Amino acid sequence: MSLLEVKDLKKHFPIRGGVFKGTTGQVRAVDGVSFTLTEGETLGLVGESGCGKSTTARVILRLLQATTGEVTYDGQNVMAASRGDMQRLRRDMQMIFQDPYASLNPRMRVRDIVAEPLRIHKIGSENDLAERVARLLETVGLTVEHADRYPHEFSGGQRQRIGIARALALDPRLIICDEPVSALDVSIRAQIINLLEDLQDELNLTYLFIAHDLAVVKHISDRVAVMYLGKIVEIAARDRLYEQPRHPYTEALLSAVPIPDPRAERARQRIILAGDVPSPANPPQGCVFHPRCPRMRPDPCQTVMPPLTGKGDSHMVACYFPTP
Amino acid sequence: MADRLLEVKDLSTHFFTYAGVVRAVNGVSFTLDHGETLGIVGESGSGKTVTALSIMRLVADPPGKIVAGSIALKGRDLLALKEDEMRAVRGNDMAMIFQDPMTSLNPVLRIGTQIAEAIQLHQGKSKKEAWRLAADLLDQVGIADAQKRVRQYPFELSGGMRQRVMIAMAISCNPDILIADEPTTALDVTIQAQIIDVMREMQTQYHSGVILITHDLGVVAKVADKVMVMYGGRTVEYGPVDEVYYNPHHPYTWGLLGSLPRLDLSDKTRLTPIDGQPPNLLTMSAGCPFAGRCPYELPACRDTWPQLEIVGLEHGCHCLLPSSERVSDRDKLPRFTVGVA
Repeated sequence: MSLLEVKDLKKHFPIRGGVFKGTTGQVRAVDGVSFTLTEGETLGLVGESGCGKSTTARVILRLLQATTGEVTYDGQNVMAASRGDMQRLRRDMQMIFQDPYASLNPRMRVRDIVAEPLRIHKIGSENDLAERVARLLETVGLTVEHADRYPHEFSGGQRQRIGIARALALDPRLIICDEPVSALDVSIRAQIINLLEDLQDELNLTYLFIAHDLAVVKHISDRVAVMYLGKIVEIAARDRLYEQPRHPYTEALLSAVPIPDPRAERARQRIILAGDVPSPANPPQGCVFHPRCPRMRPDPCQTVMPPLTGKGDSHMVACYFPTP
Repeated sequence: MADRLLEVKDLSTHFFTYAGVVRAVNGVSFTLDHGETLGIVGESGSGKTVTALSIMRLVADPPGKIVAGSIALKGRDLLALKEDEMRAVRGNDMAMIFQDPMTSLNPVLRIGTQIAEAIQLHQGKSKKEAWRLAADLLDQVGIADAQKRVRQYPFELSGGMRQRVMIAMAISCNPDILIADEPTTALDVTIQAQIIDVMREMQTQYHSGVILITHDLGVVAKVADKVMVMYGGRTVEYGPVDEVYYNPHHPYTWGLLGSLPRLDLSDKTRLTPIDGQPPNLLTMSAGCPFAGRCPYELPACRDTWPQLEIVGLEHGCHCLLPSSERVSDRDKLPRFTVGVA
């Protein structure tokens, strides 16, 4: 059964301007995103900056109000949940942020950062808290001695561990990881990826893993969705997507990532896309990818966005001329 | 013997701060020839950027100071030059492309003004001529509609286009050496591929030597001829790209290669991270900076910095472990089948 179901989710930000501060346009940050997430699995969400990955995450958690669309968590409609219901839901749905320097309050001790969710949700007495915090810190590979220090005393990787401990405090079932390793150095990145994998096994966590690094997403995900300009253009099981991509954007994206193997790298054929990603405030007519697409034909590509379809729903692609 | 294009020997750049001396670069040596690309890889704080800034003599003094070593450009000792002589070298002989194209362009000046400035200054061209050349350069680096773009301001350009402008600026005086400091880190992968392509074209056309600083081992595999691996201000390994990737001798290099998730491998093997945290440059010992995180550490590692050991053709490594032991240790590593062709 699916734990999370997202259906035709849209988030448009108004652009205000003019003398009377009226709405002069819309930034279509998320424009009709649908996917499901099964308990215990990891869905990777990849795409370039500005494609709407992070906005999708925030809308799912209702940190931003959706323009339209449905989000169902464990059978419950998240978009219609009351304040009280939402607070209960947030225990189950937690988030790990990208920047471990900005996401921890510099004036709070680690102990208080990790205990804050427990205090807000009134879980356990103050006496229990110390023990819970100690256990959480150990779970993420830190020690009790770290509890009385401040965030600035830690390196980037250690701070990300603190952020993970905080996300785990309420025993969530779903964790949305928004670029959790992209601010970290290579050697530290591997530590955090391994930690996230171990935690998933131990606690049966479900991850929505947002990243722009295709190699990291490949490593950690069971299924992968590729976003471009507010839309999912392809979604499939990991190996399918990486070995037999069907959307021309996915193909270009995969071929553009340099691999750390000089001989293979020299032999590789590369698809280089022309131009830049268009602005989501002024998306192209028809298929959002058509201005950069090597397979574009004026009709139908320039008229209507192709729907996300596929055989048996396991490998879906939004393209009129997908690779067979 | 003919002079090398660039020869850096035992370069040490230290920063004298209130908290103590930071040995940002510590005894770094390398050479660069025309048409060659050297990749410098390492994590944040390993001294990559300070190495580049030292070559350009752009290290802020105080607190920074080049305390030892020599930098020779076509046989000419750069460290002996006066500031005004050095200014003629920058731009004409060596140019630098910085990481962040958002902050390295002046937001209140037109693109053309910024490119033309260097051309007027270094080549003594008239303003009109310099603007014409600026538009030509934009065209060369693949900016469409260059005549219009040259009159625009940086905010009107995307990140990829700004980086193209930086490249146009860097090649405007036809330098012998191009130093690119993380030129694609701030860019998306499809744009990164475009920029790398432009840089290679420019290198072929101008036959310049390129120093590419990056933390991305994939980019280095793609463009570099040789590679220098830095850690804690030291060069730990140096050699031709194939040697360093397929026959790495330093445990830190193994760690770097083993901790990378790979796009080209289908198995989901566990990553081998490097344990511990990056070194604190203020409290470093005289020994190997990697001691403390190195799983193969010997008692002597903490206070002895090993001599350069030649382990292959133009391939050197600084490590106290006996060479034979090193190779057998490496071949036991799980992810290490990677390079063994």
